[in-house]
Amino acid sequence: MEPLLFELGAPGRHDAKLPPVGVTERPLEELLPAGMLRQAPPAWPEINELDVMRHFNRLSQLNFSIDTNFYPLGSCTMKYNPKINEAMARLEGFAHLHPYQPSSMTQGALQLLHELERMLASLTGMARVSLQPAAGAHGEFTGILMIRAYHESRGEGATRTKVLVPDSAHGTNPATAALAGYDVVTIRSNERGLVDVEDLRRHLGPDTAAIMMTNPNTLGLFEEEIVTIAGLVHEAGGLLYYDGANLNAIMGTVRPGDMGFDVMHMNLHKTMSTPHGGGGPGAGPVAVAERLVPFLPTPTVETDGQTYWLSFDRPASIGRVRAFLGNFGVLVRAYTYLVTMGADGIVQASQDAVLNANYIKASLEDRFDVPFNQTCMHEFVISGDRQKAQGANTLQMAKRLIDFGFHPPTVYFPLIVHEAMMIEPTDTESKTTLDGFISAMRTIADEVEASPDLVRQAPHTAPIGRVDEVMAARKPNLCFTCR
Amino acid sequence: MLPTDCLYTQTHEYLRVQDGSAVVGITTHATEQLGDVVFVELPAVGRVLQKGESFGVVESVKAVSDLYAPVGGTVVAVNEALEGQPGLVNEDSFGEGWIIRLQPFTEADLAACLSPEAYAALIGG
Amino acid sequence: MPFNYLPHTEAERLEMLARIGVASIDDLYQAVPDSLRHFELEIPPSASELEVNRRLSSLAARNVPTSQVNSFLGAGAQRRYAPAAVDWVLHRSEFLTAYTPYQPEVAQGTLQVIYEFQSLICQMTGLDVANASLYDGSTAVPEAAFMAMRITRRPRVLIARDVHPEYREVLATYASGPHADIAEVPLSGGMLDRARLAELLTPEVACLVVQVPSFLGTVQDMHSLAEQVHAAGALLVVVADPTSLGILEAPGAYGADIVVGEAQAFGNAVAFGGPYVGFMACRETFARQMPGRIVGQTLDSRGQRCFTLTMQTREQHIRREKATSNICTNQALNALAATVHMAVLGPTGLRDLGRIGLQRAHALAEKLARLPGFSLAIDAPFFNEFVLRLPADANATTTALAERGILPGVALGHWYPEYADCLLVSVTELNTPEDCDRLVDALADLPATRSVVAR
Repeated sequence: MEPLLFELGAPGRHDAKLPPVGVTERPLEELLPAGMLRQAPPAWPEINELDVMRHFNRLSQLNFSIDTNFYPLGSCTMKYNPKINEAMARLEGFAHLHPYQPSSMTQGALQLLHELERMLASLTGMARVSLQPAAGAHGEFTGILMIRAYHESRGEGATRTKVLVPDSAHGTNPATAALAGYDVVTIRSNERGLVDVEDLRRHLGPDTAAIMMTNPNTLGLFEEEIVTIAGLVHEAGGLLYYDGANLNAIMGTVRPGDMGFDVMHMNLHKTMSTPHGGGGPGAGPVAVAERLVPFLPTPTVETDGQTYWLSFDRPASIGRVRAFLGNFGVLVRAYTYLVTMGADGIVQASQDAVLNANYIKASLEDRFDVPFNQTCMHEFVISGDRQKAQGANTLQMAKRLIDFGFHPPTVYFPLIVHEAMMIEPTDTESKTTLDGFISAMRTIADEVEASPDLVRQAPHTAPIGRVDEVMAARKPNLCFTCR
Repeated sequence: MLPTDCLYTQTHEYLRVQDGSAVVGITTHATEQLGDVVFVELPAVGRVLQKGESFGVVESVKAVSDLYAPVGGTVVAVNEALEGQPGLVNEDSFGEGWIIRLQPFTEADLAACLSPEAYAALIGG
Repeated sequence: MPFNYLPHTEAERLEMLARIGVASIDDLYQAVPDSLRHFELEIPPSASELEVNRRLSSLAARNVPTSQVNSFLGAGAQRRYAPAAVDWVLHRSEFLTAYTPYQPEVAQGTLQVIYEFQSLICQMTGLDVANASLYDGSTAVPEAAFMAMRITRRPRVLIARDVHPEYREVLATYASGPHADIAEVPLSGGMLDRARLAELLTPEVACLVVQVPSFLGTVQDMHSLAEQVHAAGALLVVVADPTSLGILEAPGAYGADIVVGEAQAFGNAVAFGGPYVGFMACRETFARQMPGRIVGQTLDSRGQRCFTLTMQTREQHIRREKATSNICTNQALNALAATVHMAVLGPTGLRDLGRIGLQRAHALAEKLARLPGFSLAIDAPFFNEFVLRLPADANATTTALAERGILPGVALGHWYPEYADCLLVSVTELNTPEDCDRLVDALADLPATRSVVAR
């Protein structure tokens, strides 16, 4: 167990010099209102640099990470984070650019943004892309606002009040729709795990603003009737929003724009290999079809082929969704990945992602229930019902995987599968790793049959045992000095 | 074993008429689904509720459930003990884990609730 | 030829296809309608790392970063010195490539760092609880505003006109959602118009959002402002600059109910605008209304202290349409950078850092104000940024100085018409006294300045 920062150090032990002020100092009381001077310094610890480094290095050793462990996390696309991405983002000419510098000094950066926009637009079959949103959910919110602006521009803002969301959808979809002021209507999935088109028909009408979907869906299944669905929604005057979380399945094979989607976001920290960093930063660019282009956030990057500039000339824009231009450092990493993989590599990446998922499924379907057993895309969902009846549930099996050195897959999502476990291997894993995972899963299935306690009490080898989440929520201790 | 001195709702609330007011909580079936309750969001005393109106929230670590008024009425009391001990909802759902008291209520509203037998059938046993 | 990061051989692919029971990968895409499969990708062909490095390096070389000029640009994106230790820690793979800490048994490193970040923010702001970070300072503002509306059950938000203009724009965009009612409190003499505020503080107002120091650099006494806001039953939301909080009073001490801001100045490069790291802290009673992830301390099954994400039922993945926000990301890596920087700084370092910017800015302002035709546009106390009135057009001035390798400040005219001939000048530890003197000399040397003298 590693001490907290506040348990390290001692008064006066701080040993990092700062430069001298270098000018004649005036008394603080002369410069600032008396009541605004800090009375007591913050209770920050005073630690020498060596002990700071030891602290963070030791903490890092308590983590799993892609660089140390396989993460078959469904809907997260935990692919390798290339180190060249890190090096390029740190180039002086990128890292030390101030967002308010004149564009004559930032042409290289603007060019990168423009080229990235063109590549992402082409990849998704859309007309334009805003690189402003800071994360997928942020991009979703931006997209929904554009949908709303579109309907308002046609005088239908007050009547189109409903957003349709499949029951298999990720939680951000209804949360985003509600944040934008819409009522959320749930559409059922059919027995094949796909959107029930009849249920959709019943709910479509003049009050439909949009449907939010992903394809492949959260079960990893391709929505075969997507062209029909798009036609129905457009006929009813609604728009289609695509949640780009599952883009890794289809790059270079099929494009959301061609399927009929009007707006979508991408998760660069999933599909485009930018690192998760323990929870962020990400980036969630929003791509739109022609009819939504007038509503894009400003500024956009424009060019005449030689020079690049920022344009605020978009009268129907929904406005800004954040200060400055976007998570530029993340965008540099995504750009680096795209020009590395290239058009040919990106196609192969998606294909390998799909191949890997189907390989694992084929290797496990005799031991685990796979409720929707048609060909999957880049991920698939198993149900732990069989094992639950034998004595250990999905959560326990997932924790047992930790003892084998694997991060647990996504569990209990999507909600429409009991004891769900969603597995997404991604494209960057070797066959050796995949076989190791398959072997571990099969061993766990054996253990559940023969000695379920081993699974129920897992993990056994992690730095800590099972966490008391009830205590954490009942008596929150969220800050060291302020209980 | 469902208390027979209570009436029930489709959304797993119970009510017991006591001293002219309706004591409302959630059933053991509900708390078993939810898991350990970590927080209960209570309405303000004095708030007027319609039958079926959402008046608060019960949170566990992994799920959250809205609470719906089984009958209309004014909130005359809330169980303040739940602030420090939300687990009472699990430990003694029908007793110390009560959530609010409503008063007055109509016979019509009461009649529209589920009998113990009907609720038992709903939850399958 | 291999593809980068794709390890399978053709033989392995065939083996895998055989296990699956199909002849080719194409068979796995059968559900995809053929009509949708024909298009060209406008992406260049794959390249080696060497070629990619060249391509990116040449793009970077087309930029002139602030590290190569004498820059006085601030305005919400701070050029600061991050100790080398910060980037070293960011290079730890186990931090960089870790996932969101939903499985606490294998994420204690990330979780403990976030708890430390939350604690440092609380200690710095003088409030009780903080979350694991938000996207940035700008998006933290609508999150705080909506939080105040939920807590007070009131529909209106007041925001001071000297809050960062882009932050105000973001609030307006977000508010078009639940149709919150936003009203701006004007300025008088460059400071918040208190008389107008009194008129606007009606019983519908959930909160007043102010920035301290303001976007224009000024510092006003906040105690009486907090009283005025609280007397109206509203909450006080303060957008704070963490680098000022070693010198300036903690917002919690003068009555702030919610504090948000941008922590980029700690450990994160300006990076052309992002990724940054927003923070939020609030009073204990409001904790359950706070959006975003929160890490709490607890015990494990062996009785050891450990950390976990908690109060998750507020979040999107459980609450769905009733979530407090739709946030799914915190800026964990940027928060880590900030935490390392704050750990290295310590409380004395924080104070000294603030002193350097404050004193150098005042020394510079004094010299600039003595130049003919120049003046400080706002007669009020300021911290390390100030509004400089020029004898010439702001854009012409910045162009002329850019040619001399100096970025004197951010032009304000497009946001504040009354400051059309002004620049916002920012001074940090990266602006040496010599750099400041060079700015003075360059401005003194401008034709416009000299012509004022001649007159």
